[in-house]
Amino acid sequence: MVVETDFTDNILTAKLYGEIDHHKASSIRNKIDSQTESLRPKELHLDFTGVSFMDSSGIGLIMGRYRQVSLIGGTLKVVNVPKSLQKIMSLSGIDSLGVLK
Amino acid sequence: MNVVNELNFSFLSKSTNESFARATVSAFILCLDPTISELSDIKTAVSEAVTNCIVHGYPDYLGIIYINVKITDTNKIIIKIRDKGIGIPDVKQALEPLFTTSNDERAGLGFAVMQSFMDNVKVRSKEGVGTSVTMEKTLYRTSYDKR
Repeated sequence: MVVETDFTDNILTAKLYGEIDHHKASSIRNKIDSQTESLRPKELHLDFTGVSFMDSSGIGLIMGRYRQVSLIGGTLKVVNVPKSLQKIMSLSGIDSLGVLK
Repeated sequence: MNVVNELNFSFLSKSTNESFARATVSAFILCLDPTISELSDIKTAVSEAVTNCIVHGYPDYLGIIYINVKITDTNKIIIKIRDKGIGIPDVKQALEPLFTTSNDERAGLGFAVMQSFMDNVKVRSKEGVGTSVTMEKTLYRTSYDKR
């Protein structure tokens, strides 16, 4: 299990686990997108608490979900980013999207 | 600067092998007692380079990816990741942040990550022959001959 989702108060929370790389990203993406399309949440939260490793595939995953949820008029929040992932997050310039909480 | 240890391995360009590749390189350099952040930087850079071979080097077919890791007596780690794939027509353009030829939600940050997480990155490529990425990083905390 690499992603676990919860839908409460119009907020879809996707908890991510383990290592996010190019191999894992597609199944995570498919699961989140199918839930986003059927539930049409006001907010999508990507929770990185359980992520032990991430390469730029994780950045692609965030940018893609940002677009996806914007299309249905929702907003994206990236929450609980571990210290070990902050270097790649800041390198990517993803802060400028205003999604990091 | 002398090479004191060396690892060579090769594997099929399947995306499941991305985690195998970075874990193997990481296990090999553990003898240098790297910090968590040094180890994480190296694993990330390896993951980016291997993903490039899989996505761009061998786009529509499987090929072999070759990894060579050298450890020197100056605590430098030299990692060469090579494919015999289609090659990069314009290396300079490929090195620009956000440049990507892929439509599969790639951020176009692979080389930018390698360059910022490693001390030095060199890319050589020839169309129809393949691509090799050589990355270097010197670890500061320990010395190899102490152990």
